[in-house]
Amino acid sequence: MTDHQRPITPGADPFSRLRAMTPSRVRLDATGNAAPLQAVLDFQLSHARARDAIHQPADWAQITADLESLGGLDLLHLKSRAEDRMVYIRRPDLGRQLDDGSLTEVRAAAPATPPDLAIVIADGLSASAVTTHAARMVGHLKDALPELTLGPIALVREGRVAVGDAVAMALGAPLCLVLIGERPGLSVSDSLGAYLTWNPQAETPDSSRNCVSNIHGNGGLSYADATDLLAYLVRGARNLQATGVALKDDRPKGKLIGEG
Amino acid sequence: MPSYSATAGQQTFRFDTLAAVLAAATPARSGDELAGLAAETEAHRVAARFVLADLPLSEFLNEALVPYESDEVTRLIIDTHDAAAFAPLAAMTVGDLRDWLLSDAADARTLTAVAPGLTPEMVAAVSKLMRNQDLIAVARKCQVITRFRNTIGEPGRLSTRLQPNHPADDLKGIAVAILDGLLQGSGDAVIGINPASDSIANCTDILKALDQLRLDFDMPVQSCVLTHVTSTIQIIEAGGPVDLPFQSIAGTQAANTGFGVDLAVLREANEAARSLKRGTVGDNVMYFETGQGAPLSAGAHHGIDQQTLEVRAYGVARAFDPLLVNTVVGFIGPEYLYDGKQVIRAGLEDHFCGKLLGLPMGVDVCYTNHVEADQDDMDTLMTLLAAAGVNFVICVPGSDDVMLSYQSLAFEDAAYLRRTFGMAPAPEFEAWLARMNLAQEGGPRALPDLSGMMQRMGLSA
Repeated sequence: MTDHQRPITPGADPFSRLRAMTPSRVRLDATGNAAPLQAVLDFQLSHARARDAIHQPADWAQITADLESLGGLDLLHLKSRAEDRMVYIRRPDLGRQLDDGSLTEVRAAAPATPPDLAIVIADGLSASAVTTHAARMVGHLKDALPELTLGPIALVREGRVAVGDAVAMALGAPLCLVLIGERPGLSVSDSLGAYLTWNPQAETPDSSRNCVSNIHGNGGLSYADATDLLAYLVRGARNLQATGVALKDDRPKGKLIGEG
Repeated sequence: MPSYSATAGQQTFRFDTLAAVLAAATPARSGDELAGLAAETEAHRVAARFVLADLPLSEFLNEALVPYESDEVTRLIIDTHDAAAFAPLAAMTVGDLRDWLLSDAADARTLTAVAPGLTPEMVAAVSKLMRNQDLIAVARKCQVITRFRNTIGEPGRLSTRLQPNHPADDLKGIAVAILDGLLQGSGDAVIGINPASDSIANCTDILKALDQLRLDFDMPVQSCVLTHVTSTIQIIEAGGPVDLPFQSIAGTQAANTGFGVDLAVLREANEAARSLKRGTVGDNVMYFETGQGAPLSAGAHHGIDQQTLEVRAYGVARAFDPLLVNTVVGFIGPEYLYDGKQVIRAGLEDHFCGKLLGLPMGVDVCYTNHVEADQDDMDTLMTLLAAAGVNFVICVPGSDDVMLSYQSLAFEDAAYLRRTFGMAPAPEFEAWLARMNLAQEGGPRALPDLSGMMQRMGLSA
């Protein structure tokens, strides 16, 4: 508090309670000077974390080790047609397609009996989100959906949501779940999103997907809550033979889940 | 169909369509590259500018970029073109127009007079021949003043939209952010909230709270909940306190269909809000937001570059005499505007083109985390826009919009601009700030009765 700001209630900052009412970076300083250096640096740190999450590569070795420790899963290491981060950011269309070598690899790995569910992990816009959360979510989902056969888990570098459609089609899977790093905000840079698509096709519109977003440890959805919801949606999709606007989270006390 | 060519150095470049000339002439940006419309080489780009420089303005009245028959935006532009206002410019090329705009002959009065004679395509074309300083110099000469409960856009004034968004629309959280803004002299363009939930009941609740706040403090401001225009019409019909209907708009009929609007529904909203007669000093009621790249992202760009389409959106806006128009320039993402350089250029283009067409232009000086930009780039853009005479900018607490997850300007940024350029807010709001002991300009300020303000905002213990 600056020296010429008079306290309104002696001995108490009248604004501390107000600051707790919003996650905004409110200042509540009537003196009207330039932003305090502490606030400037706090902002820069938040922005730096978000930038690092976008531009640093995901730790694929760690993700691989974490998935292998779950046991019983085959893994595929794939790439989109965006060869690096710069292309990925400029060309969303290329991040939605598998490169030729990857497509051959998925086809070769397709099991004789098509799996019930294809799980795809793509880095998206947050390396820290997939590195931290993706393998753990796979472990939870595997336990929550014991009745399903899973194809090999596909790990796609420089991938966007729609790259999962190509993987699922090549595996012959009727249902695809993509776990992907969401665009970092200033307050959370490791948020994971999960997109569920029934009957994935080349030009699947976003309105035909269900999205569970904000899976992270900073006030977001916990692994357990996200898994409950996703398992409910997976079973619903299989019953309904559809995802998207037709499939709702109508669990008791549940909320509507919007399309992705 | 005519074709166009120019020789640059040893090489001759040919362009099959007017749209191809405009696209190739545009300063580099990722969205045109994504659409496959950008110049193939730097020389190609300059050759297109040579073509534009010699192109008669009248060509744009004869060659529709988007077919007249299938696009109501084209029909609006052609059918409302004012031939009498165009007459002084009718013999000019695009290059002549650039020279004239920069000359002393083009002053505030003549610029206002010719505006109805200019089409969006002419304005987009001339902007492609102008450097950043030209965009600033001419925009600064344009005067567009609009009124509702205060007067926005007078010379020497800079207004702000106070954007107190909250991720759960919590009314007390919103009030805290509004208090933060008022303490720093923000909010005269509009107190405008992007609601997290677009339900009619929720939007009406926020509108009522904002209106009560305005009445309690006798504030000469307008409020807006930025929900879909059809919802706002419903709220008006149900008796809700709507000052300004809001809508995002774009430059083609197909892109507007993607937004769920057409010209008829915008007209309906404009008439409905005006019929309420809630303005005290004027009846400009519409608030529009735009941004380069929206038509491409909706697959509705007709092979036309994103900047030309953006100016066609201003052609839509001007049919409704809006109170406020702003481009949300850095929001759309790096696949359309890649970095700070592209965002800065686009912000200056959008402001210039809107002003020249007679719009009360503001800019949301902003970026997302995956754009190659930071606060230094925003400092540059806002400073250039203040030099260009921008009507208003958007401010959020600490630059961080916690609902939309992007970064806009902070209240302190607007205070910096006012101090540096010697500008004041809208006159009615300036007087109110002084009455509330909230004025910061001109010497040490008195401290306001904060506990009283908190109590009246429902924020006391």
